[in-house]
Amino acid sequence: MDELVIDVAGLNKHFGDKHVVRDLALQVRKGEIYGFLGPNGSGKTTSIRMLCGLLTPDSGSGTCLGLDVLKDSAAIKRQVGYMTQKFSLWDDLSIVENLDFVARMFGMADRREAVDRAIDELGLGGRRKQLAGTLSGGWKQRLALASCLLHRPRLLLLDEPTAGVDPKARRDFWEEIHRLSAAGITILVSTHYMDEAERCHRLAYIAYGNLLASGTADEVVANCRLNTWEIAGDGIHGLAERLRQLPGIDLVASFGTALHVSGTDAAQLAASLQTIQAETGLSIAPVAPSLEDAFIHLMQHTADPLGH
Amino acid sequence: MTRFSFARWLGILIKEFIQLRRDRLTFGMIVGIPIIQLMLFGFAINSDPKHLPTAVVMADPGPFSRAWVAAMRNSDYFTIVGSVDERQATALLERSEVQFVVTFPPGFNRDLMRGKPPTLLVEADATDPMATGGAISVLNKLGAEVFAPDLPGLRPPAQPLVDLRIHRRYNPEGVTAYNIVPGLMGVILTMTMVLMTGLAMTRERERGTFENLLATPATPLEVMTGKIVPYILIGLIQVTLILLAARWIFDVPMHGNLLLLYAVVLIFICANLTLGITFSSIARNQLQAMQMTFFFFLPSMLLSGFMFPFRGMPEWAQAVGNVLPLTHFLVLVRGILLKGNGIDMLWAQIWPILAFMAGVLTIGLKTFRKTLD
Ligand SMILES: Nc1ncnc2c1ncn2[C@@H]1O[C@H](COP(=O)(O)OP(=O)(O)OP(=O)(O)O)[C@@H](O)[C@H]1O
Ligand SMILES: [Mg+2]
Repeated sequence: MDELVIDVAGLNKHFGDKHVVRDLALQVRKGEIYGFLGPNGSGKTTSIRMLCGLLTPDSGSGTCLGLDVLKDSAAIKRQVGYMTQKFSLWDDLSIVENLDFVARMFGMADRREAVDRAIDELGLGGRRKQLAGTLSGGWKQRLALASCLLHRPRLLLLDEPTAGVDPKARRDFWEEIHRLSAAGITILVSTHYMDEAERCHRLAYIAYGNLLASGTADEVVANCRLNTWEIAGDGIHGLAERLRQLPGIDLVASFGTALHVSGTDAAQLAASLQTIQAETGLSIAPVAPSLEDAFIHLMQHTADPLGH
Repeated sequence: MTRFSFARWLGILIKEFIQLRRDRLTFGMIVGIPIIQLMLFGFAINSDPKHLPTAVVMADPGPFSRAWVAAMRNSDYFTIVGSVDERQATALLERSEVQFVVTFPPGFNRDLMRGKPPTLLVEADATDPMATGGAISVLNKLGAEVFAPDLPGLRPPAQPLVDLRIHRRYNPEGVTAYNIVPGLMGVILTMTMVLMTGLAMTRERERGTFENLLATPATPLEVMTGKIVPYILIGLIQVTLILLAARWIFDVPMHGNLLLLYAVVLIFICANLTLGITFSSIARNQLQAMQMTFFFFLPSMLLSGFMFPFRGMPEWAQAVGNVLPLTHFLVLVRGILLKGNGIDMLWAQIWPILAFMAGVLTIGLKTFRKTLD
């Protein structure tokens, strides 16, 4: 289980004078589902493109499937399935024509069967002649996934594969991802959804080009050293603004009828909350910080050098 | 470097064909451009314009000069708009209000009576030489017709009765009508071939599908040539349309070997496609590709000898023109169609086209971006 499928270090990428990815180091093991998270514009797509040879890193080194990311991008492409963030199949080709084209590009011997199987699995048998451009957003995503699985890659790079996909399809998608992972395929997937992040074996959190945290979900939460309390009751309405002013409180997040209040300085946080409880009489209890608390904390504590 | 794969190349080819078939607008352009252009230019070839406005500067009214003017009118080629003085005549010509000014010098009637050929000055607005060609040739014959009944046996026809001086103003070297069809063939191919392929790759880039294409093992050579081939067929269809029209509608003579003509056309098409696909890989978007196409198209029109006689251009312009494939193509096609030239006479014009193609392809493969940088 310890074979590293992706092992890169010191990857840098500039666009003009914007430093978009800074010293990225990433290690992904075989068969692992690796979540890639970070705010918009943090460099996720850029990083993924560098891994599969679509962008040349300015500096850095490493291997992907045992091949040099800088020199062997042609060989890497053959074994990688890359699903782009924006739909990038051909709108003016039908479903079957798109899949057929991709299969030809990868030189598949059993092209016809593979395409037919993919269409059956998608459940699009009746619509195989429909133009891809006329599919709904969610169906486009599913077609794109099917197309990048077609040549049975050993590594999948999925860039926000479930954006705009309905909950049922999203669940099916993750079932499929786990099935593939069990079969030994390695998957790097970027996402903005917390529930998806929690389904990954391990995570990396990147912001403004910097890798801020990585590890299992529990490790990421633990490493933030957050203390989180939940305030519940009828009087929480309008309380968030006041809480933010108090010392020791770094983060206030609303969860329906409750507020999550977090901070890294446990003593100061407890003191501030005690005054609040004394004033309002609300019930206040410590809870385990969630992944979302951790991420929002991470995001707030990194200055944005790019000025987004 | 990955080896060239025929299977992948075929895949790209099939994809291009399917996309082309679905793209109604492009398809319409492919067939529409030659037909519309041919019809527009074709009328100029076919029509022998008559009733051209003509001003007369009459310094010597008399029976012969009147007879001459009447004969001109009767020929149907000239509509006499009036008698004017020299200054007015020049102004009329300059403002394009008349096509011709005919000047009868003092002593015209007397000289004619004495058997001394008088000078008759005809100034023609030859900016459009095709418009004046027919009328001028009629003018040449007019002398004999006008005076034969009045001066029987006075002069043997060996010596002309009138010293006809024709000044083709604004365009001294007339272009013959048959130039137009071969020229048009070259111009249409240049425009459609460079433009279509120029858009081919930038379209992928603009739609974001380029990223998908790049993520596959397809190599630049496969992509470029795979995208070129469908357009070769289109070019051949266009040429056939033009040749059919030339033969059956405009009666252009075809003296040479058609197979040879198609071989030359094929080379020319490939040169233009190579250029288009190179533009396509340099340009960032479709608009840039379009601008590059027109940047190339204009000198091709102007400096190749299509619009203006090649030999009349200054040396620097000829040097530029000699680089352009269209220049050589025009000579080749005229040579084959009108003069019936054989293969041995064509090489001097073929190698410059091949050299152009090789140079452009080298640039194209160098600039093909294998990444999204
Ligand atoms: N081709 C490019 N040229 C210039 N700047 C670029 C280019 N591609 C990306 N960038 C910039 O790089 C930064 C990172 O972009 P990237 O697409 O990697 O972010 P992301 O993490 O994928 O964001 P999102 O979550 O919105 O998809 C952004 O500031 C973006 O503007
Ligand atoms: Mg992105």
